[in-house]
Amino acid sequence: MLADKDRIFTNLYGFQPWNLKAAQARGDWDKTKDLMKRGQDAIIEEVKASGLRGRGGAGFPTGLKWSFMPKEPREDRPSFLVINADESEPGSCKDREIIRHDPHKLIEGALIAGYAMRARAAYIYIRGEFIREAETLFAAVQEAYDAGLLGKNAAESGYDFDVFVHRGAGAYICGEETAMIESLEGKKGQPRLKPPFPAGAGLYGCPTTVNNVESIAVVPTILRRGAAWFASFGRENNKGTKLFQISGHVERPCVVEEEMGISFRELIEKHCGGIRGGWDNLLAVIPGGSSVPLVPAAEIMDAPMDFDGLKALGSGLGTAAAIVMDKSTDVVQAISRISYFYKHESCGQCTPCREGTGWMWRVMERLRTGDATIDEIDTLFDVTKQVEGHTICALGDAAAWPIQGLIRHFRPELERRIRENGGMMEAAE
Amino acid sequence: MPKVTVDGIELDVPQGATVLQACEMAGKEIPRFCYHERLSIAGNCRMCLVEVSPGPPKPQASCALPASDGQIIRTDSPMVKKAREGVMEFLLINHPLDCPICDQGGECDLQDQAVAYGRGGSRFHENKRAVTEKYMGPIVKTIMTRCIQCTRCVRFAEEVAGVEDIGALYRGENMQITSYLERAVASELSGNVVDLCPVGALTSKPYAFEARPWELTKTLGIDMSDAVGTNVRIDSRGRQVLRVLPRVNDDVNEEWASDKTRHHVDGLIRRRLDRPYVRKDGQLVEASWAEAFEAIRAANAGASVAAIAGDMADCETMFAAKALVTALGGHLFEGRQTGLAYDVTSLSAVNFNTTIAEAENADVVLLVGTNLRWEAPLINTRVRKAVYKKGAKVFGIGPEIDLTYKVEWLGNDASLVAKLPKAALDALKGAERPMLIFGGGALSVPGVHGAGLALARSVNAVRDDWNGFNVVHFSAARMGALMLGYSQPGGINDVIAAKPKLAFFLGADDVDFAAFDGTLKVYVGHHGDKGAHAADVILPAAAWTEKDFTTVNTEGRVQRSDKAVFAPGDAREDWSIFRALADALGVSVGFDSFDECRAAMIAAVPELGIEGLVDYGWPKDFNDLPKLPARPEARKIPSPIKDFYLTNAICRASPTMQRCSDELLHGVDFAEAAE
Repeated sequence: MLADKDRIFTNLYGFQPWNLKAAQARGDWDKTKDLMKRGQDAIIEEVKASGLRGRGGAGFPTGLKWSFMPKEPREDRPSFLVINADESEPGSCKDREIIRHDPHKLIEGALIAGYAMRARAAYIYIRGEFIREAETLFAAVQEAYDAGLLGKNAAESGYDFDVFVHRGAGAYICGEETAMIESLEGKKGQPRLKPPFPAGAGLYGCPTTVNNVESIAVVPTILRRGAAWFASFGRENNKGTKLFQISGHVERPCVVEEEMGISFRELIEKHCGGIRGGWDNLLAVIPGGSSVPLVPAAEIMDAPMDFDGLKALGSGLGTAAAIVMDKSTDVVQAISRISYFYKHESCGQCTPCREGTGWMWRVMERLRTGDATIDEIDTLFDVTKQVEGHTICALGDAAAWPIQGLIRHFRPELERRIRENGGMMEAAE
Repeated sequence: MPKVTVDGIELDVPQGATVLQACEMAGKEIPRFCYHERLSIAGNCRMCLVEVSPGPPKPQASCALPASDGQIIRTDSPMVKKAREGVMEFLLINHPLDCPICDQGGECDLQDQAVAYGRGGSRFHENKRAVTEKYMGPIVKTIMTRCIQCTRCVRFAEEVAGVEDIGALYRGENMQITSYLERAVASELSGNVVDLCPVGALTSKPYAFEARPWELTKTLGIDMSDAVGTNVRIDSRGRQVLRVLPRVNDDVNEEWASDKTRHHVDGLIRRRLDRPYVRKDGQLVEASWAEAFEAIRAANAGASVAAIAGDMADCETMFAAKALVTALGGHLFEGRQTGLAYDVTSLSAVNFNTTIAEAENADVVLLVGTNLRWEAPLINTRVRKAVYKKGAKVFGIGPEIDLTYKVEWLGNDASLVAKLPKAALDALKGAERPMLIFGGGALSVPGVHGAGLALARSVNAVRDDWNGFNVVHFSAARMGALMLGYSQPGGINDVIAAKPKLAFFLGADDVDFAAFDGTLKVYVGHHGDKGAHAADVILPAAAWTEKDFTTVNTEGRVQRSDKAVFAPGDAREDWSIFRALADALGVSVGFDSFDECRAAMIAAVPELGIEGLVDYGWPKDFNDLPKLPARPEARKIPSPIKDFYLTNAICRASPTMQRCSDELLHGVDFAEAAE
């Protein structure tokens, strides 16, 4: 279990005020100038050495991502940092806690990360539904400006840096990095084709890096305490601490910072008071937010909660938002509801996702009631394969995986429903 | 030059080519819906998926992927086949099975590709999506349930037509292509979205339910409704032209056509002159050809004969008329029927010298008295391209109008040509490829032509590899008429002053006929329009779809058009009318067939015998250009076009053009009642 002294997010639960004064008392904005003085490449190297992988779900090494940015941005083509605070993944609720209780960690991180990648400004794109959180963030940014920590000569470092907060309008797809850039530019939120990648041509056609809130917010602490400290947690290739969000059928759902690679059982026992009704009552877990496949109880119980550990189970860490389902859950309905979510949030730009998500949801709804035939399960699986990997962005994959997980692990349940509904009878020809 | 391998075929592709282009170069067909050569890449239909290594282990959209050295591309692997089948299935699940009543049937990309790349059956057992119809104006009919959201129409409207009237609303499977406010698409190019639409969602409203593509005879033609010389395909069935579609010609119209080019042809079966008429006691009465010829002979005009060419006159017609008039001893010819009288001693000084295709490479443009959007819509798209792709700056003299790109208007004052504001003058002088465009309206103001040539000289607009002096004509007949000598020093006023006893009007409807009081007016044309009303004798002739002909567009490009259908009733091809009339008047024109007529014309004007650009010979030295007055007076520049949709006799007879005019220019509300 992570010791209190090793926690990065010391005000995660809001026991203290979020404001600048309180944040400074917790150690934020402490000698930021000195951190920046180490030099841009040194900061990137330090982040690389820490093994920090992107906390938004895909797990791309953060330092490596920054190193793709141009070393000498052109005058007419400045670089930008875009911070993805459009936290809309069902199950995820970590960025929200950071923003409302510890916004200065994010803002300081924005300055340091922006400086390291030679960005002119950072845009924080915050989810539309986060109304109070946006208010806090606006106020915190204003505090930082008033204290001279942002703007011209930010934190007396001699570097000019601005932070803009932009509110979204409630579209899940705007959490996809290029859709977010489109939305920031004032267009309809639809993902762009890659290549070109944002580091080449992103916001307003300029080099851009899009990072998750958590990835940015941990950077100042990594620099203060050193890459070696951060890398001392977790397993090889899965370093550091991470905010886990546990929801569903546990005694005490919570958001908690823990070491990467902690076993699922330990995570639940230590922080959530156990599974509702005991471990025997556990049915399945969606370990990384709605877009990863579910993992049945037997496989998840002692699995390490990190990128590679969950990948080995055919799922993924995603945002580390574990949705725990006990045996009272109608698992087919649960996945069908997730299917509906993706049908509703598909941007409609490319064919497989636009047409496939609706189809998949409709079949899921019939499977829920058993109003289907056995071979439709195979058809559905085939359809998910036709969506997966054929779309512009990852939403198609995200819509396909939960259903694939369901069919892989709960096919007997699907067949039972069809049988009980009398679906084995052939239709009259 | 990256070297790639496509299905085992190694080839070099140009730098910047996409994988799709590389596959096409290797002779592999890549199915696609959203990709279009002349529009930006959307990559959203996912039909063009191919397998590429190195790369992620999933199929890649070839339209958007740059070809790079060492790529191994497979278009025939099981992964690609399955991907195409999958995308095809998705496209079809919500597409209605209404092909039997769909106008796209037979020329539908979705049909064709479903046959080639789809599965045999459907596994979709849910209800299909239905989408409400949208209103897009008098040209475009919508059946949006058929839409596959490829967004070609959206991209065309934004990128080429320059109007933001089409877009996509909602998201996911509810996404709809719409005109937002149920308003007509306010573009003179809206018909092109019908061609672009790969399915039957956007079809042609005037052509709805008229014919199936396999019933149509296809004839290659040249549009005569403006001076661009749009290359078209005339689709006819029996004796009727049913529609006109653009052909690809990158030098002229790329693959677009204006709405007028496309849809004025329904005027070809209305208000036609199908028999001769002779005026008796103030009334036009039907007559036989012999009676009509006799009426002309009876005028005993001797050598006092003139010929006036209208805007749609072709070269052979004008040559035949000239041959007859010359044989009679006459020498009065004019094609500028509305009274323009600019100097034509050097045809290069009244030509679109930059050429239409090169216009998109200009970097500073000055428009003088021209509404390019109406006078030459497809030159306007080139200037728009120069603005958006090359960052060209455009200045304008004349009334402020929306040309779909930013124009810095200097004022509506002809005298500005001689004294440009410093900013504009400096921009032109500093330009690498300056382009001056003078409209017909500008040339009607004395002094503008000379001042324009002086300006071209002072800003060095004519260089070894670039000629930036341009006149944009609006009449399809103009350059051909000038080459055939249809010009008097004082314009048509010279003809009026000579008081000819007999005058032939070759489809000329915009002449001030009152000035020809005392002249026997013979109208040789195809529509009962203004010219026919004023005529004393009407000789029914063939419209442009009803004869072979040669024409020269505003950039001096000689093009030939073929005969698609026969003229109605007793109407005859123009050359044969003059040939027969020569016999009746007892003279000889020197040809007995169309081929002989054309040969004689080429013998007289050899340039008309070679298809392609005519070299009018811009002089090495500006001093060798005609000396023209260069002090235009300070007055407004008039526009030669009052109504884009009603510029010639065929348009005025066309119900579609009439409706476009009413709705798009005069604000008459035709929106259909909600069902």
